[in-house]
Amino acid sequence: MTNKTPLHDLHLQAGARMVDFGGWEMPIHYGSQLEEHHAVRGASGMFDVSHMTVVDLAGERSGEFLRHLLANDVAKLKVPGAALYTCMLNERGGVIDDLIVYRRAADRYRMVVNAATRAKDLAWITGQAEPFSASVAERADLAMVAVQGPQARAKFASLLDGSERERVLAVKRFAAVEAGGAFVARTGYTGEDGFEVVVPGAEVAGWWRRLAAAGVRPCGLGARDTLRLEAGMNLYGQDLDEDTTPLESGLSWTIAWDPPERDFIGRAALERERERGPARAQVGLTLEDRGVLRHGQDVYCERGQGVVTSGSFSPTLSRSIALARVPSGTAGRVEVEIRGKRLAARVVAPPWVKGGKPVEH
Amino acid sequence: MSELPGDLKFRKSHEWARLEEDGRVRIGISDHAQSQLGDMVYVELPEVGDQVEAGDACAVVESVKAAADVYAPISGDVAEINEELSDSPELVNESPYENGWLFVISPDNPDDLDELLDPDAYAAGLEEGDDAE
Repeated sequence: MTNKTPLHDLHLQAGARMVDFGGWEMPIHYGSQLEEHHAVRGASGMFDVSHMTVVDLAGERSGEFLRHLLANDVAKLKVPGAALYTCMLNERGGVIDDLIVYRRAADRYRMVVNAATRAKDLAWITGQAEPFSASVAERADLAMVAVQGPQARAKFASLLDGSERERVLAVKRFAAVEAGGAFVARTGYTGEDGFEVVVPGAEVAGWWRRLAAAGVRPCGLGARDTLRLEAGMNLYGQDLDEDTTPLESGLSWTIAWDPPERDFIGRAALERERERGPARAQVGLTLEDRGVLRHGQDVYCERGQGVVTSGSFSPTLSRSIALARVPSGTAGRVEVEIRGKRLAARVVAPPWVKGGKPVEH
Repeated sequence: MSELPGDLKFRKSHEWARLEEDGRVRIGISDHAQSQLGDMVYVELPEVGDQVEAGDACAVVESVKAAADVYAPISGDVAEINEELSDSPELVNESPYENGWLFVISPDNPDDLDELLDPDAYAAGLEEGDDAE
């Protein structure tokens, strides 16, 4: 039984080609994913991300609970609306999911986790929350739209008036505010500025229509994938899974080691790995020849073999790029086996695009 | 579903073949195929002069989503290739039956076209979900 978001019919009306994604019928594009990608980089685009899972936590000890549950430290979030990106680990240091958590009050937090990991995450979070008496509520009544691109914030703000418009425009990066009946977070998965907007499911179609009327282009999961890859962002299930640690996935920066007394789940395993030195590391690859790097392709390095975890075509660079897991210390050039041939690729540090422009590598 | 040009013959694997006045056969992929693959990014074509047998994988169309082999509908020599596709692979998406043609074959035997599906038979195959990629 496939799930549908409240925007499903609007997608069909707009000519979307639909696919099953994690049990949800979602638009992969509305005609051309390349054009949609360029629209986000150059102007603004919007994505239906209502398939993602919103989880609200409450209770006096909810902050303490999250400091135990998550590898990053919510104690860094000092004011309402502050947010951070983190992994949620198992005892082996493997990634159960990656997510964003927002502080709403000292005793209230909101997490947005992936669609495909919904059941697993809810079971894990609920079980782990018990000793802390924190309540865990999945918000299936809410829907979410990501509005991204250099014009995104202005276009979204134009739907609001007066002081609400000002408050929304004043939101700092990685923070959220409530305005106009929406929870508006200055976060995203494209490498562009913009908002992720959470609203009641019953109201999201209205927001979508008004955004479209303001000139924001509907964009599908195809463009979402090429955008996030250019921005060097991981996709859970491809670049991350329960058998990979943040240290091997380019996510060391998301681990808050200090204070040393904070015992988060997976800490001990990560400390052991850090001491040994991780055997594998995540790198970016830029293909020098014509062709497309894809998940699962073998990577041949001086120090051994690796694998492409996420590969695609970069519309901004007009060549193929990938994230790959390779032996630590791999640099320079490697070979990737693509459809029976070994092609040369350069090892680069992601991202490939920043502030809408290609990064010099 | 869009109209299939009446003067084409098809392979089940979604290639079309058009017999031209000069006796050569122009080859491309169908609108259904380009739509399934999505935005094209690379097209690998055979070389002019290559000899191909019917059923040989002789070209590759690669989209963001996947790469797909293109099979020669008939046997012959490759007489011409669509050089525009190197800079503009999107022609395959935008105009699969016209400007997005892939290559032209000088057929060993023009009667071989009779072995292929006519538009109605190809369309019927699509309706039945007969997707021989």
